[in-house]
This record gives sequence, C-alpha cells and structure tokens, in this order.
Amino acid sequence: MNTANITSSTHPSAQNQEPGSSRLVISMAVAGFISGVIIIAIYMLTFDTIKENKARELREAVFRVLPDVSHMQKLHFVDNKMVVVKSDGMDDEMIFAGYDKDAKFIGYAIQGKAPGFQDTVHILYGYLSSNSNITGMAVLESRETPGLGDKIFKDMDFVSEFINLPMHKDIKAVKKGTKTQENEIDAITGATISSKIVVKIINQAFKKWSPRLPQQGSEPALELSEVKVVKES
Amino acid sequence: MATDVSAYEEMIKGLWRDNPVFVQVLGMCPMLAVTNSAINAVVMGLATFFVLVTSSFLVSSFKQWIPKQVRISLYVIIIATFVTVVDYSLLAMLPAIHKELGAFIPLIVANCMILGRQEAFASKHGVKYAVMDAVGMSAGFMIALFSLGAVREILGVGALFGVDLFSANFEPWVIMILPPGGFLTLGLLLLFFNWFTERRRQFLIKVADVDKIAVGVKDNG
Repeated sequence: MNTANITSSTHPSAQNQEPGSSRLVISMAVAGFISGVIIIAIYMLTFDTIKENKARELREAVFRVLPDVSHMQKLHFVDNKMVVVKSDGMDDEMIFAGYDKDAKFIGYAIQGKAPGFQDTVHILYGYLSSNSNITGMAVLESRETPGLGDKIFKDMDFVSEFINLPMHKDIKAVKKGTKTQENEIDAITGATISSKIVVKIINQAFKKWSPRLPQQGSEPALELSEVKVVKES
Repeated sequence: MATDVSAYEEMIKGLWRDNPVFVQVLGMCPMLAVTNSAINAVVMGLATFFVLVTSSFLVSSFKQWIPKQVRISLYVIIIATFVTVVDYSLLAMLPAIHKELGAFIPLIVANCMILGRQEAFASKHGVKYAVMDAVGMSAGFMIALFSLGAVREILGVGALFGVDLFSANFEPWVIMILPPGGFLTLGLLLLFFNWFTERRRQFLIKVADVDKIAVGVKDNG
C-alpha cells in the first residue's frame, strides 16, 4: 500500500507534526478508490438478482390482475399503433397483453401512476376490451402511510372492488358504505386520499389508453419467444 | 488504551448503562421513522449492526493511517461504503423489506450513533475493544428499536411480526403506527428507563456501601 510507506515516518513520537497536504490527499484518494471498488463490486454482484426480482414482481402482478393468463408480451405505442416489443425495459408508453395457454388473446394489463399521499403511486390493472371490465388491480409501488394508506393493497375488501368492475364511465371513490352506483368504489376509512388516488390513476390511464387500444379482434398475436429462436437458427 | 477494562465490559455497557437510544439519545431518525412494525425495526437494527461493527473494525485497524484533519470524511467514506453494501444486499435478498424501509437504509450513513462511536471510541481503542464496543452499542440500539417497534405494532395493529394477537374485536390504535405514536412511545420508554435506573440507584445506595458504587457507576459513564 502506498500510504504505508508514507506513514511509516509518522511514528508516535512524530505525531504532533502536521502531515503534509499530499498525505491528506493521498489518504482520501486511496480510501475513495477502495470504497469505489467495493461499491462497484457489490453493485455488479447483486445487479442480476435485483433485475430478476423486479421482473418477477411485474410478471406476478400481471398474472394477478388478469385471470387465466399464461403468456404475456409487451406492447409499445409508437406511430399511433401498438407494436410488440421484446426488450427488457419498461416505460410509460408500454402495456402488457395477456394470452391464455392456446395463445388466444384475453386482455390488457395497463399501468398508471400519479403522486400519492407521500410518493408516486404506481398501479397495474387488468382490462378486458370485450366488455370494458376491469379485472383486477395491483399496486406496484407506493409509499403510503403504513397502517392507513397502505390498505390500498393490504385491504382485500378494497382490492376486490376492482375485480370485474365495469368501466363504462369514470369510476368514483365514495365514503365507505355509501356505494350505490356500479361505477362507485367504497373508499377505505381513514385512507380516503389514497383510495381516491387509485381511482384517479385508473381513470387517467383509461382515458389515455382506450383510444389507443386496437380494434377488438385485431389484437396483436402472441409472438412466442420460442418461435423467434427457431427463426433465428 | 483501555487495557484495564475488560472487553466484556465494553460490550455490555451498550446494552444498558450507555444504551445509545435510552441514555445517549442518538440515532433518533431511524428510531422514530422505521419502528412502525417489529420486523422493520429488527431489519433496521441488523443493518445498523453490520455497518457499525464493520466500520468500527476498519477505523480502529487503520487508525494510525488516518490523518486527524480528514478523519471525519474518511469515517463517512467507510460508513457509506458499508451502507451501500447493505442497501444492495437487502434489495437483492429481501426486496419486500427494502421497500418498507425505503429511504432509511441510505440514511444509516447519517446515523449519528455510528459516526459518534468512530469518533469517540473506535479511533482511540484497539481492534478488539472497538469491535466489542460496536457489538454492544448496536445490540443496544437493536433492543431499543425492537421494543419501540413491538409496542407500536402491538397497539397500532394488534399484531407482532404480522401475527394477529387479539380477537377481531380489538380496535387498533392507529395513532401508534403514525409518527405521533413514535414520539409517544419513545417518551414513555425513556420515562420508564430513567425511572428504573433511578430506582436501581436508590436501591444500591440503600443496600450497601453506597457512595463507592454510585461513584463507580458515574466514572465509567
């Protein structure tokens, strides 16, 4: 180590001497370098696992909000049409299409986000274009108050209100127990703001995506990755 | 060098007599922020344990080579490196818990208890004592975090480690898992701790040879 040579002169007896500025700089630089190497090492070691975790979480969420789905692929909205993408990345202009085991199209899983009570709330919901029903809702990311706002994904009564919810007009969150219309959602007591945010995100995403979705019957066919591999070889 | 004090003593003092939370009142930010459930408190305690022990080990091993003019920055570099290691490891191994703890894992860098131990102890003592001191201090911190987290979760949710304790009739005190509940619980725990310490002191005075013990306790603190 470089510093060892330099510091060997600073024997306890010489400790009162002021160290030269080069020594200060070198010790900071060496520490910074070692720290950098360690941080990069741990980043590279965990990168694959972290990426895998995130992908698995997203995949599980899609399977949760869309019933009976066994295959899925990503659709990207470019040049006014939906195209199938195979890349790993995910952005706001992408949704998922779900297919059953015979590769028949079932529905879409659409994501949306909006500022929540504390941080951005990120939601995924399943949507059947055949009857305009929402089939389920999952919260991908949120930092709502533990014990109150986090009920938007922990309170199963609330989550199940988004199963088979007809989406003919905007949905609305109302005080718990006062739901009378089919487009109304019973909000969570003590977490009205978080409940309203969920509803708002779904309304916004619905408005954004409805005109973009392809005509019924002309949904993009499932492009199995296996098929692709065969073609390439 | 603290050769006259046993290593065991260095470790045990962090648990009770110099408990970083109840006596030194350090590290309040994670203390109040992440103790809304027992499991969060325990994971935060473990993360702090790892960072404090490894940092104290390094600081005391390299203390001859750390120029005192730049020591604070070097301590922070060492602490920040280990915090990053913890952050990525948790993200890879326990993503659900990492999500709950959120910003408070990176904030371990700024936990004054950790920097305080480097400055006050590890930089002045041998490796063995520094590690013992770090183990004791972080164990004391963990005990404090856990007692706060357990009280808040039991009263605020009616559960411990996610297991329901009461019948469905139990009405959770929601305030306990919100920030005010943290302050309330911490205040009451501090009150209890001080009351108990005072009682113990009175008892020792009454029982026996009195002033010596009282002075002895003071000296080490």
